[in-house]
Amino acid sequence: MTYLEDLTVTAGDDDVVAGVPARLVAAPSSTGEAAALITAARGLSVVIRGGSTKIHQGPPPRQLDLIIDTRRLAGVVEHAAGDLITVARSGTPMAELHRLPGQQLALDAPPGATVGGTVAANGSGPRRLRYGTARDLLIGITVVRPDGRITKAGGKVVKNVAGYDLGKLYTGSLGTLGLITECVFRLHPVPVTTNFVRAIAPPAAAARVLAAQFAPSACEINVVPGADPEIAVLLEGTPAGVHHRATELAALLDGEVTPGPPPWWDVPPWPSGGLAMKLTSALSRVPALVDAALSAGLTVRGSAGTGVLWAGAPHPDRPAPPGPGTSQNLSATPCAERELRAAPSAERDLRSVVETVEIVRAAAGAAGGFAVVLSTPDGTTGIDMWGPVPGIELMRRIKQQFDPGNRFAPGRFAGGI
Amino acid sequence: MSVIDALAARLRSELGSDQVITDRQRLRTYECDGLTHYRVIPALVVLPRSSAETATVVRACAEAAVPFVARGSGTGLSGGALPHPDGVLIVTSRQRSILSLDPADERATLQPGVINQHISDAVHEFGYYYAPDPSSQQICSIGGNVAENSGGAHCLKYGFTSNHVTGIEMVTPAGDLVRLGGSAPDTPGYDLLGAFVGSEGTLGIATEVTVRLTRLPETVRTLLAAFHSTDQAGAATSAIIAAGVIPAAIEMMDALSIEAAEAAVHCGYPAGAGAVLLIDLDGPATEVQAQFDDVTRLCTAHGSFETRVAADDTERALIWRGRKSAFAAVGRISPDYIVQDGVIPRTALPEVLRRITEVATAHGIRVANVFHAGDGNLHPLVLFDDAVPGEATRAATVSGAILDLCIEFGGSITGEHGVGVDKARYLPRMFTDDDLETMQLVRCAFDPAGLANPGKVFPTPRLCGEQPGHRRGAHPLHQSGVAEVF
Repeated sequence: MTYLEDLTVTAGDDDVVAGVPARLVAAPSSTGEAAALITAARGLSVVIRGGSTKIHQGPPPRQLDLIIDTRRLAGVVEHAAGDLITVARSGTPMAELHRLPGQQLALDAPPGATVGGTVAANGSGPRRLRYGTARDLLIGITVVRPDGRITKAGGKVVKNVAGYDLGKLYTGSLGTLGLITECVFRLHPVPVTTNFVRAIAPPAAAARVLAAQFAPSACEINVVPGADPEIAVLLEGTPAGVHHRATELAALLDGEVTPGPPPWWDVPPWPSGGLAMKLTSALSRVPALVDAALSAGLTVRGSAGTGVLWAGAPHPDRPAPPGPGTSQNLSATPCAERELRAAPSAERDLRSVVETVEIVRAAAGAAGGFAVVLSTPDGTTGIDMWGPVPGIELMRRIKQQFDPGNRFAPGRFAGGI
Repeated sequence: MSVIDALAARLRSELGSDQVITDRQRLRTYECDGLTHYRVIPALVVLPRSSAETATVVRACAEAAVPFVARGSGTGLSGGALPHPDGVLIVTSRQRSILSLDPADERATLQPGVINQHISDAVHEFGYYYAPDPSSQQICSIGGNVAENSGGAHCLKYGFTSNHVTGIEMVTPAGDLVRLGGSAPDTPGYDLLGAFVGSEGTLGIATEVTVRLTRLPETVRTLLAAFHSTDQAGAATSAIIAAGVIPAAIEMMDALSIEAAEAAVHCGYPAGAGAVLLIDLDGPATEVQAQFDDVTRLCTAHGSFETRVAADDTERALIWRGRKSAFAAVGRISPDYIVQDGVIPRTALPEVLRRITEVATAHGIRVANVFHAGDGNLHPLVLFDDAVPGEATRAATVSGAILDLCIEFGGSITGEHGVGVDKARYLPRMFTDDDLETMQLVRCAFDPAGLANPGKVFPTPRLCGEQPGHRRGAHPLHQSGVAEVF
């Protein structure tokens, strides 16, 4: 009996990644066990799975033998409240780190998302405006390399410049450089008071919010074809301070102060089976990018305060289910989307989706950013999901160094890595 | 013709004679950076005026298999810009243009030689500043900041260089110009920018830097609190953090460093203080007022016998004067000293301070302590007299023991000064062979020939057995009044 047989089970019907079925599944419960598994799995193609909130995003793996499921690799190892740090295993639900006693990992993640998955996918949400993203909050990391070696970078203190900052390299690497087994994060105090200011306003209003002295924790927009554009701002702090700022901001935007967020807050703007994209932009060019995406029939949501937006459209053949906060008016649907919906054949659908992606990608490029396709409508293939990526040659060399056999998530990353 | 002579001739013809230095006396000007104990005269110094010229120089080095070292303003404190005796020193001081200021994008793009302080000066009129503030900010360059991932007193709240650089153009060690990141966040693909920042010149040279600009806060308030002991000041710091307040800065000085600062700049800190805390709070006025009340109350509750509040910018500068002068000031009370840089978990402060005192006493050496208390970044100043036989060795032993304490308590051997040549031999105490080998994978991807700043960061036999750096008197930049050192 080999180690591999000890440590894996035969894959079930649900053990599929972006349409590609796996042969084997393993769920190691410690870093040591994970290292033994990966050592025994030499020669196999591997995809790592956490809470499966993003597992199907991106191109399918070129080959898949083994899924490594991290959910048994779970638990908060340490919460040093006085030092404002926590150590957590990669399969720990992010929700646990969102509610540590008196403190929080201020990194938004959808229900079910794990620590390792959020770091590997560079997940972020509205509060990135104030707190930054995983690259800013991760201070230490343990990774099992594709050759089975256990390695660490960073440490348990926030201020640390000893050695290369590999945590940033692993952040967003989508499981192509190894298995993250443990993460150390910087924490923040839970704010005493939070308020939201909501208003009907175009995306350009975000610039007025940023230019003033509101110190917002998040500044989000929601722009749905055929509906009024909305903006919502999160303010955090002391009761007196938040009340004062919220009142002034509501006056500036002609909006209202609410204790809770709007229903669309941190909800991806794509229905199941639709087109999903991540768009980035220089701050001043967010309005132009939103306009272009809207004209192409997409709903756009996200952080106008940082220039990171999420765009989505329903599947061409399926009507959009009523999403949160959307008041879609079909008669006002722009031409591009009507065209998409009217498409009679799969081929026609594909061409429309390709055109939409191209239009939005060009607009993102003009805005100083990028457009990455996270999911294509069911049944469509042949779309360049990543688009052009600067520095791709260096990235290939990084991959070659870490995973010379191209076994970890082959084909799922930028440039076919 | 030697390899270097041939290289010099080639670069003279491609860049012009004025950009290439071969004269021995002029080369000597560049023999050290801010860590003056290490001195190496470079084989050749080149001062390119543009990205393209930098690429030309690096490509020529790559083709001749000659190592190269990048240098900005030369203020580094770990010997990261120490020249290679057989290599080219590439100095960025002729690239000091601000390429673009885009307050609406909250970005500025700079040539690598631009001085840190000049960024804030240039965007002040728009209501913005560049947040990372290493103490050498009046002279240090943004390119050097990127290489070292520079911090500063205010990184407790605002983070380090890596949190504020969104894009660079760099020359790879093969001589190719590549862009990493940009104005927008979250560039697709691996975060090579994140790996590059803080790589101490071992992955290539930044030739353009795009930084995030931060909105100037509505209000800044500065408080000085005097305590009888560092234990009390440490407890007050912990209480402030536990109360959910993240000050912009929270700095501590112990009795010996107060004595030195008093002798040097007459900062007038409260008499009899065993420790002082300097606390900056910034943000919206109403928030700052509420935090200020909390902080004052917590300091008093933990034994502060006197608190002073800066009424205006002049008084704020006065309060900070003692802190900013502390490193140079110890020259008043000791002929020689080593500036150490280590990090511990904030809560371990009282215990680590006791252990430092024990070690120092056992070796008959005095240690003055200055810290970024909020994030546990210690800057012990190990005092000695090189004229006394054996004292330098004992000081080096104490300095090394402090790093061991940092590691023992789960901290780091450097919080902001970098590894450079000075601490390369300590890196294996913090990381396993596999950890270091993994970092070297990145090095191999960027620089397979190992020509970019060889001998730095990672331990090499050539540097084994060298003493950790100590200063003999002040750095020339302080002496000339150009720079202050934290």
